[in-house]
Amino acid sequence: MSTAIEHPTYNYKVVRQFAIMTVVWGIVGMLVGVWIAAQLAWPALNFDLPWTSFGRLRPLHTNAVIFAFGGSALFATSYYVVQRTCQARLISDGLAAFTFWGWQLIIVLAAITLPLGLTQGKEYAELIWPIDILIAVVWVSYAIVFLGTIYVRKTSHIYVANWFFAAFILTVAILHIVNSMAIPVTWTHSYSIYSGATDAMVQWWYGHNAVGFFLTAGFLGMMYYFVPKQAERPVYSYRLSIVHFWALICVYMWAGPHHLHYTALPDWAQSLGMIMSLILLAPSWGGMINGMMTLSGAWHKLRTDPVLRFLVVSLSFYGMSTFEGPMMSIKTVNALSHYTDWTIGHVHAGALGWVAMISIGAVYHLIPKVFDKKEMYSVDLINVHFWLSTVGTVLYIASMWVNGIMQGLMWRAVNADGTLMYTFIESVEASHPGFVVRWLGGVLWLVGMLLMAYNVYMTVSSKASEKAAAQTA
Amino acid sequence: MTSQAMSGFWSLWISVITLGVIAFCWWLLYANRKTDKVPAANGEVETTGHAADGIEEYDNPLPRWWFIMFVITIVFGLVYLALYPGLGNYKGLLGWTSTGQWQDEMARAEERYAPIFQQYAQIDIRTLASDPAAMQVADRLYQNNCAVCHGSSARGAYGFPNLTDGNWLYGGDPEVIRDSIIFGRNGLMPAWVDMLGERGVDTMTHYVLGLSGLEHDAAKAEEAAPMYQAICSACHGVDGQGSAAMGLDSIGAPNLTANSWMYVQPGQSVYDSVAFTLRHGRNGLMPAQARYLDYGVELPNNLRSLSAQEKAELLPKVHLVTAYIYSLNQGK
Repeated sequence: MSTAIEHPTYNYKVVRQFAIMTVVWGIVGMLVGVWIAAQLAWPALNFDLPWTSFGRLRPLHTNAVIFAFGGSALFATSYYVVQRTCQARLISDGLAAFTFWGWQLIIVLAAITLPLGLTQGKEYAELIWPIDILIAVVWVSYAIVFLGTIYVRKTSHIYVANWFFAAFILTVAILHIVNSMAIPVTWTHSYSIYSGATDAMVQWWYGHNAVGFFLTAGFLGMMYYFVPKQAERPVYSYRLSIVHFWALICVYMWAGPHHLHYTALPDWAQSLGMIMSLILLAPSWGGMINGMMTLSGAWHKLRTDPVLRFLVVSLSFYGMSTFEGPMMSIKTVNALSHYTDWTIGHVHAGALGWVAMISIGAVYHLIPKVFDKKEMYSVDLINVHFWLSTVGTVLYIASMWVNGIMQGLMWRAVNADGTLMYTFIESVEASHPGFVVRWLGGVLWLVGMLLMAYNVYMTVSSKASEKAAAQTA
Repeated sequence: MTSQAMSGFWSLWISVITLGVIAFCWWLLYANRKTDKVPAANGEVETTGHAADGIEEYDNPLPRWWFIMFVITIVFGLVYLALYPGLGNYKGLLGWTSTGQWQDEMARAEERYAPIFQQYAQIDIRTLASDPAAMQVADRLYQNNCAVCHGSSARGAYGFPNLTDGNWLYGGDPEVIRDSIIFGRNGLMPAWVDMLGERGVDTMTHYVLGLSGLEHDAAKAEEAAPMYQAICSACHGVDGQGSAAMGLDSIGAPNLTANSWMYVQPGQSVYDSVAFTLRHGRNGLMPAQARYLDYGVELPNNLRSLSAQEKAELLPKVHLVTAYIYSLNQGK
């Protein structure tokens, strides 16, 4: 890199730590996911033990993949991107290290408490109140490190990736603190300060914005750095960045009520949730267009660069799931899809296809850079990983579409006399083949992550540094 | 039914911020739709001039199809907000409510299906029980409302009675079955360890095993016999045949001579189960089903004293399920 000498020395240590833990937690989270997918197909795998029952392992899976795997990927990439695009070192090495060790402690505590059955009972916000407080402290530290680094930047302009990272960090702080407000009664138990429909609304305001800001805005930040960097092309449209950024962050806030269609939530709130979800389609697609069009003039690179493939296919799945989401928020569609496997499929189109694939692409890009290596140990293995992930995602979401639509139709089918045509258990029996295919998709994903771990290990432990390679060249 | 209205302030607050956000999106779109940068001959536009870690940015205009799609969703949203409730207390031009939609659908279903069930209500339970078409309808009602506890083949499960073995807690007469379904049942076996003592629990268990002809310690059973007659016989009968055999249809004390046990867990011995029952008691609850099977029917205060025919017409689905349960026990 020609300009390396003028650059300040970045804090790559914390980036390296989070990047490695991204791989580790990815394997752990997906292993639990594969296990609980197998439990749905073969219930004996619950082992009749409370600690290994689906009800306790499912939140362990969601917390591990979203907050441990996705969270570590976001920390690693945001710290990497903010330093390089601001040409400034993180403002505090100590505070950055605190966010790393604090976040790992939170994950370990989650892995202990959830199988023990200690939970707040709020989806994606299950962790008990002492851990919630720890999350708030670590998250505020993260905000200070990230925003402080932007403040001391040596560039005049704040790059678009940092807008998205900043929006994600600030909003998640607000969401987490507001939704977790509770009155503790013991060290492990508390009561939410909200009740009834208000509690449900606050929970899904949090829940949908966990999707909107943690799983979308944060990863769009990742996209805005790694796609143009890997493609070596300018970003397609700066003004599209502006329009879709502001539209995305102000409209996403409203979409939560679509999780509560046809419930005790007042009609007006359901209507607002639905129309805002529909208006969200264009702002969501703005990010996809900006990423895809950045590749124009560089499409040939897809033939040889599996890292770029990860990034581009993730954008395709992002576009697909952000079309599917607004469609499912339409009340008449939701009447069929709600409470079925279609929802699970939709979530995984986003979680596997978008979030995990862009994270993996980003980690493959930055591992050689932060460990001072010329390139990854094996490009072929990255390619195998890419195909395992793509096929795994397709198997997962296709089986859940089939299951979900079938379940929705079976539940509403009535005989000529008005009695229900099927019992619930008949719809479960009919779902079995789909459960098996979904499990298979998960296995492919897990195998891919193990290949990644091997590839990363071989890269990191190799002796050849980039500088040494440059000298011999 | 109408939902409680919110105060004028909150209604206004919701309307203003909703329309404000939509107006902001509209402004954002139109303010940025044109670029004064002219594409070069090769079609490429200029970059913005700033670079971040080597990444430059073009200043391409918003894609036209995307712009139009954004506008369409906004227009759709505004039209929807005019037609449906959304802006605070504003009811919408269509006057639609989710409660109203649900009531309409229920009324339509009632109009369409009620005559079918009223026909069955005119047929007495014993005759209905041998009508295959009626029993097919009743089977769907049973599978969707009762099978979750009693099982899809109605053979019961731990804590839930078998409905096919002709062995009744409350009696197998059609009207008794009907009342079990309408009102539910609450079977209470008190805990007797304080009265019997530990040895008494052991000896009484042997006595009960003996009633069903199971292997037991005869000496212990004999020791417990006087206590059985003094306490247990009041509900279970002097010969242990249960309260239903005595013509009592409200106690629900099981027949102890039929070797039929509701509370034996898989892998558990009958001895352990009976001893547990004697020591801790049992509390079996069958919820009242009238409001679930015949949803929406207003139940009169004198429901218990209505005639069989009146009950059948008021609660025709209960009537069908009663016949179904009755049919399962014929020939037993």
